[in-house]
Amino acid sequence: MTIGRGELWAGRIFLLVLMAFTILPFISIFTTALHPSGTVPNGLEWPADPQWGNFVTAFRVAEMPALLWSSVYLVIAVVPVALVIATMAGFAIGHLRIPGARVLLALFVLGLTLPFPGIIVPIYLVERALGIYNTRLAIVLPLIALYMPFAVFWMRAHFVSMPGEISEAARVDGATTWELFWRIHVPLARAPLASLAILLSIWTWNQFLLALVLVEDPSQRTMAGALGAFQGQYATDIPLLCAGTLLILLPTLILFVLFQRQIIAALLQGSVKG
Amino acid sequence: MVTAVMTPENSPPALVVAQQTSRRNRARREHIVGWLFVLPALLIYAVFVLVPLLLTVGYSFFRWNGIGPMSWVGLKNYQTVLEVPDLLGTIVNAFWLVVWFSVIPVALGLIVANVIHRVAIGRLGAVARTVLFLPQVIPLVAAGIIWGWLLSLSGLVNEILTAIGLGALTRAWLGDFDTALPAVGVIGVWVLLGFCTVLLLTGMAKIDAALYESARLDGAGWLREFVAITVPLLRNEIGVCLTVTVIAALAAFDIVYVATGGGPGNATAVPGIQIYVLAFSQRQIGLASALAVLLMLLVIVVILPIQRLSREDP
Repeated sequence: MTIGRGELWAGRIFLLVLMAFTILPFISIFTTALHPSGTVPNGLEWPADPQWGNFVTAFRVAEMPALLWSSVYLVIAVVPVALVIATMAGFAIGHLRIPGARVLLALFVLGLTLPFPGIIVPIYLVERALGIYNTRLAIVLPLIALYMPFAVFWMRAHFVSMPGEISEAARVDGATTWELFWRIHVPLARAPLASLAILLSIWTWNQFLLALVLVEDPSQRTMAGALGAFQGQYATDIPLLCAGTLLILLPTLILFVLFQRQIIAALLQGSVKG
Repeated sequence: MVTAVMTPENSPPALVVAQQTSRRNRARREHIVGWLFVLPALLIYAVFVLVPLLLTVGYSFFRWNGIGPMSWVGLKNYQTVLEVPDLLGTIVNAFWLVVWFSVIPVALGLIVANVIHRVAIGRLGAVARTVLFLPQVIPLVAAGIIWGWLLSLSGLVNEILTAIGLGALTRAWLGDFDTALPAVGVIGVWVLLGFCTVLLLTGMAKIDAALYESARLDGAGWLREFVAITVPLLRNEIGVCLTVTVIAALAAFDIVYVATGGGPGNATAVPGIQIYVLAFSQRQIGLASALAVLLMLLVIVVILPIQRLSREDP
């Protein structure tokens, strides 16, 4: 392709401007976080006397250790269970082709475009009736359920493409359906399972609405849910709010930098198949 | 599935019958096992999604405060949603957000992806991809908080405007009736642009370069190529971008809740926020449910044509 010098530079400058648009907000909250607590600094100004202590204060008042533990706990409680039951369902619908598979698939696909605010009210009422409102289960169970449409759809897409000969060979050797699933098909599904695990972890970590409505104690919520509460408390102390926001973002940012290739790939595939 | 070593042709008749029944039994057992595989997923999905879905529809026909007795009001809640300006306004706002969250990121994403594809295939392109994608992985709540500060009176946006001599324009962007909704929209552009760009870019990489060569031989310019080759061949990717971003716009909650809470007045109230307020502050479960049903229908009505258009072969 031949490209003129002018176009080359115009294009590069355009990209740099957009990258600045993306990055400047982060830089701005970083410099703001270093200003004395309680002041209202200007957007990008480097403080005369950087207050690194703000991060310590935010770490303490945001109860970061409890928060991190709570978020990790939720991811550990949600993701493995969701992966296992969605994979089993995807396997049965996509590979075993049980009778009613089409209806089941349609039922799950129905939930694919469901906006969470649409069913949050009855979820709240159902949880009150079940007595799990305001416990960690209050977030865990509906999240697993809300992931089912996508996760089942995703795993089914993998199992549909697996040739039937693999299973037939195993059957001749006398494998039961359960053995067939665990010994042969799950190991072969490692790639789509890994992507799905990344997606579900990010979505759980960032989930806000369910945490806000279903759990009152911020230290039992997700990272995003806690951040919302933190904002409510420290809305007027802007440097502290920025410091807390950065701290809460830090784990995500580190993971993204380390695994950016996998994360981007997972999010893209996730949307294409969904 | 056929595992019997003896085939019916070479086995005695009695055995054939026995074999057939045992095979039928096996098939039936296998189906039951298959259903058992689906059962856990189906059960939790039913309790926490399908039942709430039906309950939402059910509640929408009642007046109910969540605790006391329910009284049947038929379609009155729907009528209220469609007649009260503040409630109908949330749906109008949702459509404005579609422009900001969906149309602009997809259109701009097409341009950015095209630029990266043409002038920055190397290192700059790789860095740009990563940087632009970054907002997609942080919680939307964080995006709301960050931009809440940037768009405030002494925030970065006003500082930049003053620096370039547009000081007259400065204001509290999220607190002004005229600018609050577009300001929320800008947050959406920031979050979703990278996602659209990267997705469209992967699609562009798949387009056969020979198509562009032959177009150029026919004397097609940059714009012609873009309109006649790039866009039609990216139909699928554009469809995916639109689907994801339209749902993000219509179901928006996190960003709005944190950045404006729906205000000033009802300037940025969207259905998600209004459902939350109606149900949990005003205890009008029926009205909240009617709005929720309308929201869910709206998403389907908007998404279906996009899906159909993008899946069709060019």
